[in-house]
Amino acid sequence: MMAIPERPRSPHLQIYRFGWTMSMSIFHRLTGVIQSVGLVLIAAWLMALGSGPKAFAAAHSVTGHWLGRLVLAGWSFAFFYHLCNGIRHMCWDLGWGFEIPTAKRSAVAVLVTVVILTVGSWWLAGSAFGGGA
Amino acid sequence: MNYRTPVKQARGLGSAHEGAAHWWAQRVSAVALIPLGLWFAVSVIGLLAADYDTAVNWMSQPWNAVLMSIFLGVMFYHSWLGVQVVVEDYVHLEWLKLVTLFVVQFAHFLLAAYAIFVVLRLAF
Repeated sequence: MMAIPERPRSPHLQIYRFGWTMSMSIFHRLTGVIQSVGLVLIAAWLMALGSGPKAFAAAHSVTGHWLGRLVLAGWSFAFFYHLCNGIRHMCWDLGWGFEIPTAKRSAVAVLVTVVILTVGSWWLAGSAFGGGA
Repeated sequence: MNYRTPVKQARGLGSAHEGAAHWWAQRVSAVALIPLGLWFAVSVIGLLAADYDTAVNWMSQPWNAVLMSIFLGVMFYHSWLGVQVVVEDYVHLEWLKLVTLFVVQFAHFLLAAYAIFVVLRLAF
């Protein structure tokens, strides 16, 4: 029986001291998975639109319900987060912003932009609804 | 007696030389999704308050139908690539990983085809 040689292993999550910027990275993957689940909802919404006025009205009552609105609000936050932090990741791919102070500043910039985009888009949606939610 | 050189025996067992293809496809689709995603977000905000006729009318505008189809295609593609990596990272049982990857891929293609079909049917 041949012994399998012990190879050096790459350290995993539990080995590192927790830094808040690393939760940005974890959150990026999480929000990505949320978008994938969201695609099922987009397909369901299109299914309703394609099925006719009755099905569309049913979908409308789901998105109009406060619980539906809450899901949409969280979803939009995740959407903008993945979009903005994805651009941050692309900057790293291009070799820019690897220094720790820069990475921390870009993390803050992402969070601020996401809040502005989320609040701004819901403010826009609010005026599209004509005042009434 | 084996007359084959060691190179002959090793060939095909190593790198397939396409390691960067998946990574690159994820970046290219991500770049495309920056404008497409923002367009989609703005459109959805407008459509949330719309009634059935307004929504169908909006979807049947040529540019909306084209951009929506492209958005859905690229989005499902990017999603497939992303979920694939997540599965490969966290599912360690070999047969379960394989089954999950198949299910993920089939589900993405099925839903993408269905979603784009609905958009095109409303447009024509």
